[in-house]
Amino acid sequence: MSNLKEFTKGFIKENPTLVTLLGMCPTLAVTTQASNGIGMGLATTFVLLCSNVVISLLKKVIPDTVRLPCYIVIIAGFVTLIEFLLEGFLPSLYDSLGIFLSLITVNCIILGRAEVFASKNKVLPSALDGLGMGLGFTLSLTLMGSVREILGSGTIFGFEIPFLADSPMTVFILPAGGFFTLGVIIAVVNKLKHKKPPKEIGCSGCPNMKNCERLKKGGVTNG
Amino acid sequence: MVKLIVIMLSAVLVNNVVLSQFMGICPFLGVSKVLKNCLGMGVAVIFVMLCATAVTYPVYQLLEYLNAEYLKTVAFILLIALFVQLVEIVLKKVMPPLYKALGVYLPLITTNCAVLGVTITNIDEGYTFAEAMVNALGTGVGFTLALLLFSGVRQKIDSTDSIPEMFKGVPSTLIAASIVSLSFMGFGGLFS
Repeated sequence: MSNLKEFTKGFIKENPTLVTLLGMCPTLAVTTQASNGIGMGLATTFVLLCSNVVISLLKKVIPDTVRLPCYIVIIAGFVTLIEFLLEGFLPSLYDSLGIFLSLITVNCIILGRAEVFASKNKVLPSALDGLGMGLGFTLSLTLMGSVREILGSGTIFGFEIPFLADSPMTVFILPAGGFFTLGVIIAVVNKLKHKKPPKEIGCSGCPNMKNCERLKKGGVTNG
Repeated sequence: MVKLIVIMLSAVLVNNVVLSQFMGICPFLGVSKVLKNCLGMGVAVIFVMLCATAVTYPVYQLLEYLNAEYLKTVAFILLIALFVQLVEIVLKKVMPPLYKALGVYLPLITTNCAVLGVTITNIDEGYTFAEAMVNALGTGVGFTLALLLFSGVRQKIDSTDSIPEMFKGVPSTLIAASIVSLSFMGFGGLFS
């Protein structure tokens, strides 16, 4: 039962992009098409699942003081693997994700789950946590991609939608539309949850949280 | 020379790292709340980007020589993490005033995707060493510019009460970022 909970919490309750607001960069950058959203989401899921399993297995071996570099190397290894796989089997997706495929390495969802969950839990819950979080990420990326593709190019997964395709609002597939769509989606999600929207973007599990908190409060003076 | 100027200006304005390439959104949304931190963060990013490029560029040549280009992601992120740590230690010892000014910002930058992003872009675009350094400088300046401009916009938004409840906080910030990004689109086509 509790394992099932670890798996499903990432879909809605703790959805990494829409609720805890992690991993903003790929969310905004690659979602010009729904299919890119799915591709990016699944690639991240793969890395998240594998890195969670490996980190959970190695949690007793990795010394506490150098854990972050260790996590990053493990994650970067899996990112290289998925880069090879996509280049070989799905070259068109590889091209459209471009540099953001390499940048999965520094996606704070992955480092965050490693730090918060995998380094403290057994292998099975960690794997389910990674899979669930990854699928939740995929879900919200696909949602973002669909909205932007429908409004911005009048198509969905490449199929034309009658009437909309005649005069699409191109601004939605441009960077400005990305920020706008995400802002509106987060507002709607919070409205549906009857919650106030979060004041800040997510930081749970970010290794830099302490420093960042100080900066946000303006507690740092220059010089 | 003309090419270097074009690279510089297009990194600052046309392909602004935050507003059109979506890298470094975390510090962009997180730190921009307080204006006085923006400049410090910006200078630290420029500094780390320049150093990271100077370090990763020769290492990539070595990887290429060994036929191991595929290791670039692993090698670069490790180098950047190592390097930032090193700079922190050296600054603390050698230049305490500079450390005091930039110290807090440095660890924040290690896992910033803009830094890894710019080093990988330099390789993907096939830049020479000089071009890569100019691109890194331009990207850092673009980041600082976006951060400073957005900080001003944000202070206005935070001080108003007329935003609907459901848009308060992050949604209104993102929509403001969208409008700032829209204004940067005006630079598109500057060099084509």
